[in-house]
Amino acid sequence: MKPIKSNDVMLQTLTRILVFIILSFSIYLLFAGHNHPGGGFIGGLMTASAIVLLYLSFDIKSIKKSLPINFITVIGIGLLLAVATGIASMLFGYPFLTQFFDYFHIPLLGEAELTTAIPFDVGVYLVVVGAALTIILTIAEDDI
Amino acid sequence: MNVSEIVEFIGVFLILIGSIMAVISAIGIVRLPDVYTRSHSGTKSSTLAVLLTLTGAFIFFWGSQSFASVRLLLGIVFVFLTAPVAGHLISRAAYRANVKTSDLTVEDELGDAIRAYEEEGTGEHEEDKKE
Repeated sequence: MKPIKSNDVMLQTLTRILVFIILSFSIYLLFAGHNHPGGGFIGGLMTASAIVLLYLSFDIKSIKKSLPINFITVIGIGLLLAVATGIASMLFGYPFLTQFFDYFHIPLLGEAELTTAIPFDVGVYLVVVGAALTIILTIAEDDI
Repeated sequence: MNVSEIVEFIGVFLILIGSIMAVISAIGIVRLPDVYTRSHSGTKSSTLAVLLTLTGAFIFFWGSQSFASVRLLLGIVFVFLTAPVAGHLISRAAYRANVKTSDLTVEDELGDAIRAYEEEGTGEHEEDKKE
């Protein structure tokens, strides 16, 4: 039986819509982590799942072309960011990883509480995205 | 009975209808003969069950705590988009794996189309090879 050319129109069309929903929800989870359920870990896992959905519905080569990110460097950037927030507090004479927060007036958003825990959370987020995608892509590309 | 109680009643009623739908869908999965009819039951009515339950929860929180949960609305849209396509992919994978339809089946138009493609559709395939 001759193989029929695969035709993934349904999956690919839906992926184009869904990836935006999943990515926006993952960013929401990342920033909601301070006062609601969420945070860097679950947000990073959700971003990784959106990118894995892209890899599932399109082939690896075209996603590599449109998303030219080496995920191992993403892990490094995340770790550096997390350590840098800790060292930044040491520069002002406080202990390592001391947290600061203040209230700022941001246009469009109004009064907002910004803390130095957010860069730390973004670091966790980047580490989780990088680690999950490195694991999955390393297993997927092992076609020797 | 004031307004918020009426709104809460509507929400709870929707949740009840949704759970009845889920039971009907589960009965369909047990009772129907083959993969395709089971996926028909498992996709359609459980999607509707989840949609009704989420809408009920949204209306309930809206009426009782005047809290409009955007996440529930997003979940409704998400399930409404994904569940039918998941059913489609599962049934297609089953067809590609040559899972037999039940004995009650009288027509197999996809099989006819595939056989027609195999007999006369060789031209397209050779063009692909040249590229």
